[in-house]
Amino acid sequence: MLRVLALGAVLALVATACGSEKSTTGGQTGGAKKGGTIVFAASSDPVSLDPAFISDGESIRATNQIYEGLVKTKAGGTEIEPSLAKSWTPSADATSWTFDLQEGVKFHDGTPFNAAAVCANFDRWYNFKGVLQSDSVSYYWVSVFGGFSDKKKPSLYKSCEAKDDKTAVINLTQPSASFIAALSLSSFSIQSPDALKKYDADKVSGTAEEPKFESDYGLKHPTGTGALKFESFAANDKTVLVRNDDYWGPKSILDKVIFRTIPELAARRQALEANEIQGYDNADPNDVEALKANYQVLQRPAFNVAYVGFNQKKKPLDNPKIRQAIAHALNRDALIKAKYPAGSQVANEFMPPEVFGYNDNVTKYDYNPDKAKQLIAESGVKNPTLEFWYPTSISRPYMPDPQANFQAFKADLEKVGFKVTPKSAPWRPDYLNAVQSGVAPVYLFGWTGDYGDPDNFVGVFFQQPSAQWGFDNKAIFSALNDAEKETDEAKRTDAYKQANEQIMQFLPGVPYAHTGPFVVFAKNVKGFVPSPVTTELFSVVSVG
Amino acid sequence: MLKFTVRRLVQLVPILLGLSILVFIWIRALPGGPAEALLGERATPEAVARMRELYGLDRPIWQQYLSYMGSVVRLDLGQSVVSRRLVTTEIRERFPATIELTVAAMIFAVGIGIPLGFLAAKRYQGPVDQLSVAGSLLGVAIPVFFLGLLLKYLFAVKLHWLPTVGRSVATSTAPHPTGFYVLDALITNDRVALVDAVRHLILPAVALGTIPLAIITRITRAAVLDVVNEDYVRTAQAKGLEPRVVDRRHVLKNAMLPVTTIIGLQTGLLLSGAVLTEHVFAWGGMGQWMYQAISYRDYSVLQAGILFLAVVFVVVNLLVDLSYALLDPRIRVR
Repeated sequence: MLRVLALGAVLALVATACGSEKSTTGGQTGGAKKGGTIVFAASSDPVSLDPAFISDGESIRATNQIYEGLVKTKAGGTEIEPSLAKSWTPSADATSWTFDLQEGVKFHDGTPFNAAAVCANFDRWYNFKGVLQSDSVSYYWVSVFGGFSDKKKPSLYKSCEAKDDKTAVINLTQPSASFIAALSLSSFSIQSPDALKKYDADKVSGTAEEPKFESDYGLKHPTGTGALKFESFAANDKTVLVRNDDYWGPKSILDKVIFRTIPELAARRQALEANEIQGYDNADPNDVEALKANYQVLQRPAFNVAYVGFNQKKKPLDNPKIRQAIAHALNRDALIKAKYPAGSQVANEFMPPEVFGYNDNVTKYDYNPDKAKQLIAESGVKNPTLEFWYPTSISRPYMPDPQANFQAFKADLEKVGFKVTPKSAPWRPDYLNAVQSGVAPVYLFGWTGDYGDPDNFVGVFFQQPSAQWGFDNKAIFSALNDAEKETDEAKRTDAYKQANEQIMQFLPGVPYAHTGPFVVFAKNVKGFVPSPVTTELFSVVSVG
Repeated sequence: MLKFTVRRLVQLVPILLGLSILVFIWIRALPGGPAEALLGERATPEAVARMRELYGLDRPIWQQYLSYMGSVVRLDLGQSVVSRRLVTTEIRERFPATIELTVAAMIFAVGIGIPLGFLAAKRYQGPVDQLSVAGSLLGVAIPVFFLGLLLKYLFAVKLHWLPTVGRSVATSTAPHPTGFYVLDALITNDRVALVDAVRHLILPAVALGTIPLAIITRITRAAVLDVVNEDYVRTAQAKGLEPRVVDRRHVLKNAMLPVTTIIGLQTGLLLSGAVLTEHVFAWGGMGQWMYQAISYRDYSVLQAGILFLAVVFVVVNLLVDLSYALLDPRIRVR
């Protein structure tokens, strides 16, 4: 057994694991039938299979199969486990992390995986130029590490040293505790430096307003170390992956995995019913009961939050009594029972229970119309009017039917004396624009997390001023900043618990739901372990 | 004829130039931009500002337009912000899919519409006629989206006769040198791929062809009813010509003028991208692409796509005009 030293960081580091063992099967594949092909529906083509350039779910789903990172998430959870790194040790001040790497691992092009390859990848990301620094390209680098080598913005990353073949040291500019958990993201997968160079992966031509991604590495030659390797990609059709027979861990049970692009949700269900595919993701919650008769319906642990947001720049939302009145007026229980699929929970804070730092004892705002009326009276605001925004033409896992949510909340608010002015817009981009630029005073919104760290929830929302929330609460900003830097795991968990309480007292919005999206499979598919952060591996799946 | 064709094509240039300016201004006047659309919930104002700067979207609009036109002149239509693929590549891959579907849908619509309309007119007020009128009303009224799902439910989910999505089975490894799957299968002499491609075409073509079918049936019926009462038809019948010959030479040929116009217009419309049908059947043609481009504010794709479809529409109309001359010797294109 390896002892993973946890001087710094993350809850993840509690995980101890056998370096030689990868426990991803969830113990589901006893007697699994070897071989076969599975066709799984994707809602869109992958943008690229170069994980450094992506942040959309379908690209991530495919790259998770082809590549591996230094660490990974535990099957079915958010805890961090060893992957290409067997263990990691922080320096005393937690600004330098030494990774002890797996040996005998090869990339799909036959080149060896080693510390030099790790450093080549980190240095590649750090040295991105021009449009490659755009959030639509290197979103996760920007959100985890900040800036690049051009020093326009401070960066958490300082340097990487290959001490020897199996030892890589990553130096940071300041202690960070969310850094290790973030390394489980697909974006930080280790790719073959030879292949990146051979196919000129970072080649961008064109002008500033018309940058052009030139390399065909991402859709023709993606090269990782994973249990499945790339075979082909056909636009608007499919991505085909095949077993990597030289894989260093347990080999893939399936011969082939095909991700077939079917953009329309109802069409995905029909394709399953016509036996053209064996599984699809994010099933319509309204279909779930009907599907259960003939298919396996698996639910992911909740890893999102739906909330009613307030922009405090807009009166009367700057008045805390009005915000509290809204919270007491909303009958969240009734909405979840009536309009949400089984397994959904009422949210009491801005992150799901799955994440450490979740506080069971935050200030709660129970459904209490009388108290809401009383708070309105105390607020001194006469005839309070709320311009309430909701999105159209969208269904998100955390709000399957935004209009139904709006109607229910509108009725709740009118019952206690608010006047509600409805405003709606198509989700992409008008609604997003209205919310994020601070136009919408009250709005339905939500968030799905990327990795199991509170910094990825409350840190994203409330660590700095933003037009969307329109408040300037220095105490909350600094509490979250301190919590992010805290390297003692127990203290860090406490710091986030306290921050969650501070946030719920201040009440920048009303969280109301956590939902677990549904994944549906044909009855003969076994071994798929639904993950809250959608890092499921298809190599452990079998078709009976 | 040649002069006429060339003149019509030259007239396209100012139209396209005007259209390009309009489209350019219109899509940038819409609220939000590709940054917000791409980043979704993650589009913080800072991220949006950074992206606008990196993509040069923060520069004055006339500067953006000039550099865009500079690229167009060099036959460079830019790259999709969303898929990061060249617009020309996307058109090359998607347009064959749309053409193939359009042709199949029009074969279905014309192949059934003209005989049905003709028959309805010949049996005026009879049961066939009543049925065709009711059917064409229904055909126009039923939403294509719903019809697509219904057809799939019946023929794929329940009966397992036909596939529900895509242009070939997921496990197919057939090569596609031209991008027209039926043609590819014929070229490579691959019978399995041919059957597969045709099977995948049937349902979307029927769904997409329903509206043109209803319209063609009605127009044919009306045109034939007009013609059968003409003097020259009576003369032909009085001369003792066989009814079949009268129908073919005198009735149908003269009734075809308005029908041709409709066929041309409908074909142009379908080629402009059958958004809903392509979406429901995961067809991956132009319609689906434009639909995504609008919601993502994908500037390069919208600009190039709209201009491209405008050219297609004009060319199809030109072909209709030219076909008049073939149908009616009195019409001479000048």
